[in-house]
Amino acid sequence: MELLKELSEAFGPSGHEKEIRQVLRRALEGHADRIWVDALGNLHAFREGTGADRLRVLLAAHMDEVGLMVVGHDDSGGLRVRAIGGIDDRVFPGAQVWVGPDRIPGVIGLKPVHLLERGEDEKVIPIDQLLVDIGAKGKEEAQRWAPLGTPMVFATRFEEVGALVKGKSFDDRAGCTVLAELVRGERLPHDLYAVFTVQEEVGLRGARVAAYANRPDCAFALEGTIADDLPKKKDVSPTSELGKGPAITVMDHTFIAHRGLLRLLVETAEALGIPYQFKQPGIGGTDSGAIHLAREGVPCGTVAVPCRYIHSPVSLLSPADLENTVRLMRESLRRLTPAVLERA
Amino acid sequence: MNDLICQLTEAYGPSGFEDAVRSLLRSVVTPLADEVRVTPLGSLVAVRRGTGNGRRIVLAAHMDEIGVMVTYVDEKGFLRFTPIGGVSPLTCLGARVRFENGTLGVIGSEKREDPGKAPTFEQLYIDVGATGRDDCPVRVGDAAVFERPFAVQGRRLVAKAMDDRIGCAVLVETLRRLGPTPHEVHFVFSVQEETTLSGARTAAYGIEPDMAIAVDVTGTGDTPESRPMAVELGKGPAIKVQDAGMIAHPTVREWLVRAAEAAGIPYQMEVLEWGTTDAAAMQLVRSGVPSGCLSIPCRYIHTPSEMVDQEDVEGAVRLLLHALQTA
Repeated sequence: MELLKELSEAFGPSGHEKEIRQVLRRALEGHADRIWVDALGNLHAFREGTGADRLRVLLAAHMDEVGLMVVGHDDSGGLRVRAIGGIDDRVFPGAQVWVGPDRIPGVIGLKPVHLLERGEDEKVIPIDQLLVDIGAKGKEEAQRWAPLGTPMVFATRFEEVGALVKGKSFDDRAGCTVLAELVRGERLPHDLYAVFTVQEEVGLRGARVAAYANRPDCAFALEGTIADDLPKKKDVSPTSELGKGPAITVMDHTFIAHRGLLRLLVETAEALGIPYQFKQPGIGGTDSGAIHLAREGVPCGTVAVPCRYIHSPVSLLSPADLENTVRLMRESLRRLTPAVLERA
Repeated sequence: MNDLICQLTEAYGPSGFEDAVRSLLRSVVTPLADEVRVTPLGSLVAVRRGTGNGRRIVLAAHMDEIGVMVTYVDEKGFLRFTPIGGVSPLTCLGARVRFENGTLGVIGSEKREDPGKAPTFEQLYIDVGATGRDDCPVRVGDAAVFERPFAVQGRRLVAKAMDDRIGCAVLVETLRRLGPTPHEVHFVFSVQEETTLSGARTAAYGIEPDMAIAVDVTGTGDTPESRPMAVELGKGPAIKVQDAGMIAHPTVREWLVRAAEAAGIPYQMEVLEWGTTDAAAMQLVRSGVPSGCLSIPCRYIHTPSEMVDQEDVEGAVRLLLHALQTA
């Protein structure tokens, strides 16, 4: 959990992943056989396999998180902002943020309840009508402290909450943690190309070039995914549930999982008694959406740690799910053979 | 050819689950081709070598069909689902679906405030006769296709998945009748066209073709009060000018037109204002591939009763055969 804490609290909205890269590089040094950074900023860690029939396996987890960016300065000293990645406008008012990698504290201002006019409290305020308050006295000071283009993230500290943990950006620092643990664990039969990707939240951009460069035989995206396991009026899907093990994707908006890899994951989980669940098909998208299209095509799967409240200032996950995701991936990679990739 | 069309259209093969269609096609094309292989994503490629000095040409038809996928099994054994590809909730009401393991399901709807309005997918469910989660024969992630037998009605053929098993049948028949040709022809039976065009895109990357042609269905404008479109059933295969995802390369388009005219095959020009085909993805591969599309006019696309005309199908085969004899 130490690495997840460090990654969760680190600063890394899409396009500004430097700090995440530094944390991961430190965590992987001495474990990976080779570490490099590509032109777009993806961090690659290669670990040679021990088997005879070695496949090139790409494992991707994205470093970037959703955030905000300064697009203007109000005369009052408030910062005008826009979202980086997909964020629900309803989560902004009252949120605290870290502005820039130096973490200038900021708050997203909101009119006190006492002053609301009738009906005003029923409206969602779009992000372009909110200001981030960093305590600047006027426009010039605001421009000096947080120039145009300054990125920001939600200011959330990592904590234990009962049997769960709380933090920001488990999407996808949970996946980064799983991937780092795989690289730091015992050697596996196959050559692992662990790639910590950039700019997933704005269009799967990092993964696309990483898949092209590494020419993998197959790939897995490791994620933190939606858990909507809260009381509902209707008996409908929770997308995924905390505590029920890694969530395996069959199909989402961006790709359909390779049947052989799907079978490998399920058979491995069942043989070893590792809990698992299928993520609700047809929802969301991950780096697999870009990776499967590389060159002549790459068989892909996505495995995720269920997380509540993703793309908001705070999310919750179960450490047991994270550990089971590492275990499911490690054991599946141990059982992976070229025959798994053959089609009927 | 109708036997093959019957087998192909009745086979199970939603996007991502094309195994049965691929097995069927693989057994048919293996004795006809010089080389047969499967790409990493599952597209089937049958190659006919040329006699020399020709081009490397891809002919692509997709194996996958639209369908539904289970997203949730509720306490009483009813299944919630999501579409695979462009499924309309309107065609779902009362429809029967078939899962890969043979399970039959009926699509039902929750009560609706306004029964005159189309339901949303959230209001629909599949009933497989289960009474709870324990006796439910399918699980989350299992896919099903619409169930409907193949039928011949006069000149017309009706089936589910005519889109694009009719294209697959045209490719097989073309390969079967193809004599010596200067060109190296790659018959690509692609996967996942209905979702992301990923099968044809990646197969074309591997082949590095000089020219690529998708063989797929297109809409018609010849039914009562239909959306205007200058394509009719029975007036011959349609040579695509453009659709929502691609403008056909003029060289490819003219090559097909010349072949049709030289062989005296009736044909129509096609402008489709919605939808696209594998050609849209293939044209963008590597440094770009001159691409086009030969379409089989089809009524009621993406319903369980897609209708084509036998003469159009035969015309498409003859047009391709003639084109492949020319430079």
